[in-house]
Amino acid sequence: MNDSLFTGTLVRLAAQDPAADAQTISNWRRDTIYTRWLEVDPVLPPQLKQTRERIERPHSERFYPFAIRALADDKLIGFVILLRVNSHHRDAYVGIGIGESEYRSKGYGTDAMKLILQFAFQELNLHRVSLDAVATNARAIRSYEKCGFVHEGKTRGAEFRGGIRDDIVTMGVLREEWERNGTGNQVDR
Amino acid sequence: MVLQLFEGEKIRFAAFDAEKDAEVFSKWTHDPEYLRLTEFEPARPLAPFHVKKKIEELEKEAGRDFYFFVIRMKADDRAIGFAHIHWVEWNHGNAHFNMGIGSPNDRRQGLGGEALQMLLRYAFEELNLYRLTGHTFGYNDGAQKFLAKHGLQLEVRRREAIYRDGRYWDALTYGILAEEWTAGNK
Repeated sequence: MNDSLFTGTLVRLAAQDPAADAQTISNWRRDTIYTRWLEVDPVLPPQLKQTRERIERPHSERFYPFAIRALADDKLIGFVILLRVNSHHRDAYVGIGIGESEYRSKGYGTDAMKLILQFAFQELNLHRVSLDAVATNARAIRSYEKCGFVHEGKTRGAEFRGGIRDDIVTMGVLREEWERNGTGNQVDR
Repeated sequence: MVLQLFEGEKIRFAAFDAEKDAEVFSKWTHDPEYLRLTEFEPARPLAPFHVKKKIEELEKEAGRDFYFFVIRMKADDRAIGFAHIHWVEWNHGNAHFNMGIGSPNDRRQGLGGEALQMLLRYAFEELNLYRLTGHTFGYNDGAQKFLAKHGLQLEVRRREAIYRDGRYWDALTYGILAEEWTAGNK
């Protein structure tokens, strides 16, 4: 058995704690660039109460949120979530954000993504994992490619911000690709 | 300028009328083929009571961002299907749609095409959307031809995202921009 389902080389996946983590997670949302890349809805200034309520939401089989913590000092640096988990088609979407800017572009997000893919394929027994990204978010897309995600198409002009239209990129990774890539094995060994 | 949004040549768009429509919608849900051509969710027959409830729930969930039309024959007012727009992203000008013609006898007569054109007109000339997105499945050749014929482009192929009858099928996303629809209607 895999005894390090939640532990990677740089980060670990942990529960989000409403009391201890809400303030930090809420503060990340001061960064509009970060929030716009994460969400389709119009961005709003952070509301601690709302973030807290989101973390308090009852667990469901369609929805698996995690905190990302750096292994070195256990600092809370981001979140990753499996959502729209569809167990009869065995598909889910993944969303990820590294809220602490100094931890971006250093492999933390990629490490967390590898962990959640391992969770999706080895614990939830899904067949594939999907994600959407804004086409201009090159750093994220590079990381997704590293994790084995394949480009599956573009929703033309579906992102409209700052007066500029951008495409939304859809990517996906199949269980068999993930197994073949050995991506799971690089996570914790 | 076309003033009539709800009156087509052979069909019209009407509001869902639970008294009249729940019965016939319920009948369609007893046809698994129909359900699998139009829905991601597991096929399940619905009593008129549950049809009504489901549509009420959809309306409640989406609030004002849910535009649901019953397709009726102008000749005899018979309900033949539905068309709706949902998940409206107002800030981006994008929304999703779904439609279906309930009985196989009413298919392949251009009625769905007429309904789709009316839905696109509604999306682009009333809601002023920038684009509209539709979804179908790798096994639904009819829908793929239908969408392409009406100017929608295949944009995304989520490989093996649908598991039915013991095998995986692709989930397909089609899109059309307002400017493409307008150019095609000149």
